[in-house]
Amino acid sequence: MARKKVISTNDFKALSLRLVHQLLEHHDFSADSVLVGLQPRGIYLSEVLAKQLLEVTGLKHVQKAMLDHTFFRDDFRNQQGVLTPNATSMDVLIDDKDIVLVDDVLFTGRSVRSAIDALLKYGRPKSIELLVLIDRRFQRELPIQANYIGKKIDSIDKEKISLEWNKTYTLAQAFIE
Amino acid sequence: MSKQQFVHKHLISLEDYSKKDIELIFKTADQFKEVLNRQIKKVPSLRDKTIANVFFENSTRTKLSFELAQKRLSADVINFSASNSSVKKGESLLDTVQNILAMKVDMVVLRHASVSAAKFIAQHTNCAVVNAGSGTNAHPTQGLLDAYSLRDKFSDLKGKKILIVGDILHSRVALSNIRCLKKMGAKVKLCAPYTLVPRSIDELYDVEIETDFNKALKWAEAVNMLRMQLERQNEAYITSTEEYVELYGLKSTHLKMYKDLVVLHPGPINRGIEVEFEVADARQSIILNQVENGVAIRMAILFLISQNI
Repeated sequence: MARKKVISTNDFKALSLRLVHQLLEHHDFSADSVLVGLQPRGIYLSEVLAKQLLEVTGLKHVQKAMLDHTFFRDDFRNQQGVLTPNATSMDVLIDDKDIVLVDDVLFTGRSVRSAIDALLKYGRPKSIELLVLIDRRFQRELPIQANYIGKKIDSIDKEKISLEWNKTYTLAQAFIE
Repeated sequence: MSKQQFVHKHLISLEDYSKKDIELIFKTADQFKEVLNRQIKKVPSLRDKTIANVFFENSTRTKLSFELAQKRLSADVINFSASNSSVKKGESLLDTVQNILAMKVDMVVLRHASVSAAKFIAQHTNCAVVNAGSGTNAHPTQGLLDAYSLRDKFSDLKGKKILIVGDILHSRVALSNIRCLKKMGAKVKLCAPYTLVPRSIDELYDVEIETDFNKALKWAEAVNMLRMQLERQNEAYITSTEEYVELYGLKSTHLKMYKDLVVLHPGPINRGIEVEFEVADARQSIILNQVENGVAIRMAILFLISQNI
């Protein structure tokens, strides 16, 4: 199947900026909101958003973390090769905070389910929301929806959506094949 | 989460593991160490697995460490120790294990006085076997955790000078340490009276032997003080304990001389024999770090192996 670009780098700039503004409508990043990037691919988007948040709001610092959910997955014994964890860095207290989980693509919803489980081992946040760059509609296997969506894409099971980052992980484009 | 190659279903001896395998275990253990510092120190990865800890020899640290690792991974755990079991009534090793496996156990953690017990069980049954110490031959998880603790300290083991001192002849810890450290590129020297060094070990594992403790200490960046295995001393290997302490005991005066020396001990410590009383609590000692790392390393092993069964 041919490879088709679904998000260009220009689209990405516009989308990420819109997502930042949407986040700001509902969150106060000077106080109780925390961005949590999901390993392995959500962390770059989380970084981009954090940087843009600083630019837009003029804040000096936003609370952010990255979370690996390998140990909480339900499919880790059905894979080719073994799954190995990536780094988790949760240097923020999440009790009573408003958490925004950040990932690149929302597909079956299973990663998000395991990420929520993993997150709750650190405490009891006030709320958890989900932000994704791409929502693959009609592919969910669990009742999970994103609160903030960059772009909705209709795709079939076999199709693969991949994000390609530049070397400094500041810009991305997405392809479907 | 990323995918990597790891083909092992057993951990019998580190001889079967490559440098890449060991690095993967270390990397996985890093993340489990983080898990162990969380508010809730438990992950559900092995919730569908049942593990039997089958111990034919005494153990405190290893058994507790394995059991804690299994519980942190949410596995179901059953414990068996030979001293209060049907082994006393004459049941054979294979029968004992097969009876345990008939209860639908997925993994066996085995400690046995025989050198090849773990391999034998791996060959004759379908379950995954993790060796928790077999005779005088191998104690792979101890080898891994010692190397892992040193890696914590040095960040890279390549070219690091590690000295292993004491009862090497009776020590499975020494052999597993040598295998692991050599694979990670460290330089290993053994220091003991000749009566306590197995024949040809220097050629087999490409290690040096030094009988002069003071000379060896001057060379070393880290020293692993093995336990004097008093229960395995059927013949006279040393003239007297006092003489051994005088010649091969690590004393506070040594630590004052070599301020950056890292001190390890696999435990249980005979304070006053292989290390002077205060040495175990000295700043240079990472003995309690070893114990902490032991849980993370065992979690990593169980996690990786469980994906192949």
